[in-house]
Amino acid sequence: MSDHGNTGYDEWLDAIAEGNAYYLECGNGHGSLPPRRICPECGEGDLEEIPLPETGTVETYTVVHVPAPSFADDAPYTTAVVDFGPVRLTGVTEDGVEVGTDVSAKISESETTGDRLLRFERR
Amino acid sequence: MTGVRIAGVGLTHFGKHPERTGRDLFAEASERAFADSGVSHDDIESLYYGNFMGELAEHQGHQGPLMAEAAGIRAPATRYESACASSGVAIRQAVKDVRNGEADAILVGGAERMNNLGTAGTTEALAIAADDLYEVRAGITFPGAYALMARAYFEQYGGSKEDLAHIAVKNHDHALPNDHAQFQKEISVEQALDAPMIAEPLGLFDACPITDGASAAVLVSDEYAEEHGLDAPVSITGTGQGGDRMALQGRKHLARSPAAEEAAEEAYAEAGIDAGDVDVAEVHDCFTIAEVLALEALDFYAPGEGIGAARRGETTRDGDCPVNLSGGLKAKGHPVGATGTSQLVEMTRILRGDHPNSDAVPDAKTGVAHNAGGTVASATVHVLEVNE
Ligand SMILES: [Zn+2]
Repeated sequence: MSDHGNTGYDEWLDAIAEGNAYYLECGNGHGSLPPRRICPECGEGDLEEIPLPETGTVETYTVVHVPAPSFADDAPYTTAVVDFGPVRLTGVTEDGVEVGTDVSAKISESETTGDRLLRFERR
Repeated sequence: MTGVRIAGVGLTHFGKHPERTGRDLFAEASERAFADSGVSHDDIESLYYGNFMGELAEHQGHQGPLMAEAAGIRAPATRYESACASSGVAIRQAVKDVRNGEADAILVGGAERMNNLGTAGTTEALAIAADDLYEVRAGITFPGAYALMARAYFEQYGGSKEDLAHIAVKNHDHALPNDHAQFQKEISVEQALDAPMIAEPLGLFDACPITDGASAAVLVSDEYAEEHGLDAPVSITGTGQGGDRMALQGRKHLARSPAAEEAAEEAYAEAGIDAGDVDVAEVHDCFTIAEVLALEALDFYAPGEGIGAARRGETTRDGDCPVNLSGGLKAKGHPVGATGTSQLVEMTRILRGDHPNSDAVPDAKTGVAHNAGGTVASATVHVLEVNE
C-alpha cells in the first residue's frame, strides 16, 4: 500500500468518521460507492450523495487467521460484508458477530499499519 | 469458420521451484508442447500468454516478448492478465484468431513463479486480484474472500465443512498418479477437518497450495492439421467468457458465480451441447467451495445441490461425471497464470487417452475446462471434443 491519497475514497472515509456516511445514487435509484463518475448498473453520470442507512445487517463474515503482511498484528480478525440496502460494504468487525447481526459503519485503525479502516460495530 | 485443433500440450512439474525463473518454466512447458505437436516453431504466428503477478514476484513486466524468446519463436506476443483466469482468456483469444482465419498456428500458455515470495508475500500478492480500496484495505485476503462466499453458501443452501473436506479428499486422490502434481499424497476427511484455519470456515486443506509452474499448448486450424498430417484428435468446439463486479460487495449473488454461468452458456451454445453431454470436467477449485460454485455454474447441479457431489461419489473418478481428474488446483497446484492452459493440457490428455487417469473415462468424448479469476469476476469456459 502506498502513501498517496485516493481522492473520493479518502473523503468518504472522512465522512464516515464524522458520522455523515453516504453512498452514491443515480437517477434510476442504483446505489454505488466513490470514487465513481458513472453508475455501474446503468451508465448514468449524474450521481448524488445520499445518507447511508445507519444500520446494516451482516450478510457473511470470516475470521482471518492467515493475514497479508499489512494485517500481521491484527490477526486473527473478523471481516464481514454488510448489507445496508442500496449498497453493501466490506470491513473489519467485532469478533462474535453472526449472519444477521445489526451493525453500523465506523472508522478505526489497523493495529499493524495505523491506516484508517472501515469497521462495523454492533448496534 | 475453421475448427480449432489442439496439436500439442506441455506442462512443467507443478510445485515448489523458488529458484527457477518464469522464463525457464515457460521454456520447458513450450518445449514439451512443441515436441507433442509436430508443429514447427517457424509456423507459429502469435503467442498469447497468461501471467498474473510477474511484476511482484520477478520484477518483470512486458512478459509477452520475453516468453516468445524463451519458447524460441519469432512472432508477436501478448501477455494476458485476468488474475487466475489469465491463460483462460489467452486461450480464448487464440481460438478466435484461428476461427477467424487470422492465424493457422498459435502458441498459448502461461507461467507463474510464486514460492520465492514466501507465504506472507504470496498472500499479499494474490490479494491484488481483489478491490484494493474496498476489499484489501478492509483486510480481505484471497482465502478470506472465498471464506465469505463459503459462509454465504452455507447460509443460503446449507452444507458443511465436512462436505468441503470430501472435495479435498477426492482431488488429492485423483492426483495420486499425476506426476505433474504438487501433492501426490492421500488425505482423509478427518485430516482435512483437523487442519489449521486459514479464514473460517476454510482451513488449510480447503486451499490450493502456492505453486510454481508453466503450461503451454499449440493450437492449429483444421486445414493446417490436415496439410501437415498432424495427429490432433481433440478440438476446442466452444469458448465462453463472463464477467461480474470486481468486489464481492457489488455482486447480486455471494453464493453463486454468474460470470461462469454466462461463460458456460456461451461455450455450450457454440459447441451445440448442454451440461448433460459433458463426460468429464476440469474446474477451478482454488478453494474447495470454488469447486461447488463451478459445478453449479456449469449446470451440472442446480444451485445448492453441488455441495454434496463429492461426498456422494458423483464427481470422483468412479462417478457419473468425474471432476478434476488431474487433482485440480487443490492437489495439482495453482501457478496462477498457468492454470487455465494447464486445465486444457490435462483435459486434452484425458480425452486422448494418454493421461494417467484416462482409464477412469475410457469412452469420454466431451470435456469442459472452467477457469475463474479473482472471486469469479472473470471466468472462461472451454468445451473440448474428440473429433468424430
Ligand atoms: Zn444507475
